[in-house]
Amino acid sequence: MSNALDPHAAIVTEAGGLDPGGPLRTADGQPLTRALARSSRRARRRAFLLVLPLLLFVLLTFLLPIGQMLQRSVKNDGFSANMPQLSAWFHEHPRGTEPDDAAWAALAADLTAAAEARSIGLVGTRVNYDMPGTRSLFTSAGRKARGGIEPPYREAILAMDEKWGDPKLWSVMREASSAYTSNFYLAALDRTRDDDGNITMAPEQQQIYVKLFQRTFWLSLIITFTTFLLGFPIAHLLATLPMRKSNLLMILVLLPFWTSLLVRTTAWMVLLQQQGVVNDILVWLGLIGNDQRLQMIFNQTGTIIAMTHILLPFMILPLYSVMRTINPSYVRAARSLGATSWTAFRRIYFPQTLPGLGAGALLVFILAVGYYITPALVGGSSGQLISNLIAMHMTQTLNWSMAAALAALLLGGVLLLYWVYDRLVGIDNLKLG
Amino acid sequence: MKKVLILTTALCGLGVAAQAQDKEVNVVSWGGAYEKSQVEAYNIPFAKETGIKVNMMAADNPATPLKAQIEAKNITGDVFDIEVSDAIRLCDEGALVEIDPASLPPAPDGTPASEDFIPGALRDCAVANIFWGTVIAYDKTKFPDGPPTTAADFFDTAKFPGKRGLPKNPKRTLYLALIADGVAPDQVYEVLDTPEGVDKAFAKLDTIKKDVVWWEAGAQPVQLLADGEVTMATGYNGRFFDAMVAEGKPFEIIWDGQFMDMDMFAIPKGSPNPEAAMAYLKFATDTQRLADQARWIAYGPSRKSSAALVGLYQDGKTEMAPHMPTSEEHMKTAVMDDPEWWADHDAEMAERFNAWLAAN
Repeated sequence: MSNALDPHAAIVTEAGGLDPGGPLRTADGQPLTRALARSSRRARRRAFLLVLPLLLFVLLTFLLPIGQMLQRSVKNDGFSANMPQLSAWFHEHPRGTEPDDAAWAALAADLTAAAEARSIGLVGTRVNYDMPGTRSLFTSAGRKARGGIEPPYREAILAMDEKWGDPKLWSVMREASSAYTSNFYLAALDRTRDDDGNITMAPEQQQIYVKLFQRTFWLSLIITFTTFLLGFPIAHLLATLPMRKSNLLMILVLLPFWTSLLVRTTAWMVLLQQQGVVNDILVWLGLIGNDQRLQMIFNQTGTIIAMTHILLPFMILPLYSVMRTINPSYVRAARSLGATSWTAFRRIYFPQTLPGLGAGALLVFILAVGYYITPALVGGSSGQLISNLIAMHMTQTLNWSMAAALAALLLGGVLLLYWVYDRLVGIDNLKLG
Repeated sequence: MKKVLILTTALCGLGVAAQAQDKEVNVVSWGGAYEKSQVEAYNIPFAKETGIKVNMMAADNPATPLKAQIEAKNITGDVFDIEVSDAIRLCDEGALVEIDPASLPPAPDGTPASEDFIPGALRDCAVANIFWGTVIAYDKTKFPDGPPTTAADFFDTAKFPGKRGLPKNPKRTLYLALIADGVAPDQVYEVLDTPEGVDKAFAKLDTIKKDVVWWEAGAQPVQLLADGEVTMATGYNGRFFDAMVAEGKPFEIIWDGQFMDMDMFAIPKGSPNPEAAMAYLKFATDTQRLADQARWIAYGPSRKSSAALVGLYQDGKTEMAPHMPTSEEHMKTAVMDDPEWWADHDAEMAERFNAWLAAN
């Protein structure tokens, strides 16, 4: 059926076990296929052992924390774990059921138990996320319930505070009775649930996150564009100058890159503030009056200027590395064939820089989207980015589930853009160096 | 190589043995000049007296690593210096060791600790060491025709021109707006508890919104004043004191409507050296130690009996008593922090405040 002289065919047949009579063998008599497989398996194992440390590192320091963060954004068992009886009642009775005696008894038992275990604060904190102002309701009820609650439970609990009869509170407790919830994502999109559990917009004066997401992406786009405008000519200069001069200039690009971020941000504050160097010079030149000093920092302008400066090297370096490899004879050929210098640039030179431009733009944009310290210091009120609110939830309100939901949305947005980029330009066209 | 190995193993062994007898205690605090004051006033005498080594660690806000350690169920710090709102919250969540006031040392004249501490300084799971004020400071040179004296002047940009520095958070801005609007210091939280009260505070802030430079870090208001970027700013009294006394800046503090906060020591459950931690906490919050701290930083001791013992600043000539946020005069118009209220409304106010900031 197959040609016996074809060694490949022999291997195939051996592997299939069809022809045990005449397989190719190695010098020590083993079937060649087995020896081959074994040696390649050994090579693979060695290669795997070599990458194992990196793999573990990435797994432990990157994927695991991200996984935990994603889990935290949908899971918060502060209520369900510490109020088991009431949670069970919610699961047995559908939404719309008026709380009956069993529900009040469950509430009383859970409150007493949680107060004794000192976990009442966790319960209150969880409910407070969805209904501000209720945390103290739980903690004060916990203090009163420490000696136990006497029946009739409904009257006893309502005597502590009438708010316990609020249908909204019961609706929120029902939401919280499941450890898994989408409420943090809803809140991160300026949405909330009404008493019946339907999704509605949050009160207008509370709506902030969508606006800040938009602003974050918009400012990041502007910053990416300005780094391109400033970085492209510099990268071109660096790539075309003789080595000695370009190395010197390169140091000027890299020096700020190696300087502390805080130092550079503070330097911009010194330069741009109203009593700062730039305003002083403008006043001295008579371009503006002393009482018309420009507000260039502690607003969006300041954020854009400082971040453009800080992120500029991330645009220049990939562009430079790509531009160095572009053969100047293509442009010369275009010119000799009659193209104007603009046409030669547009149709010959610029397309060849696209891989570097793509890499630089993607780097700058992704870094800008997650930037925190610079907007915090120079952003004022109008230059705040979403990362500042994530930090606020991490350190100030300690609502890590909310911080995780916001961060997950940000991550999702960046991945989406990455996908769009891949469809439009192609990730293979990316060149970092 | 082998020698090194033996040596390190022996050292590790020693470390474990030392831990078993609580020969060290890990204290997590805020760093900077504040940490220095604690090292000088608490740690050095504590180590001398008990032989227990104090390892000081700095964090931006020690409550953040504390919460992380509790979440990870791997507690490495013994004593944490945290804000009162975090102390109450974590105590309610069962994460902190309860502290019996009767176990704290009495005042030198025998007054029990429960009466010696300023009201609010003793909590179920935490003991305050200092009170600090958020106060208004201004640049004297900018107001030659009569300086501002009240919180209302802070909002009067017609009479007292120039930009204002305010912290970018609701907790330390809303109270100021209400005080300036004529609300009595002890009524602030009653007013804030109503939606109209919150609206009122934001409406007052609206009047100076375009003149505000928002700050985030405690060093910024001092810098903004020094640069002439603002003519008045609110900030932490210890920072302004430093600029005035140590650096000779022409600033003046308005104590009217100061916002009072406490820093508290708390011990998490399951800390590695619980006994040393408790010993440290009791030692650091006794009358003399708290008074000593004022030598190094202008924050007020949390015990009444310490006030009389507060002496001179480290420069040897500045009397510290008039710079204490806890002095009788300054306490009269002080707004006390209400941690319970903020625990309830923290996120709600933060969202509204940020939305207000973002709307132009």
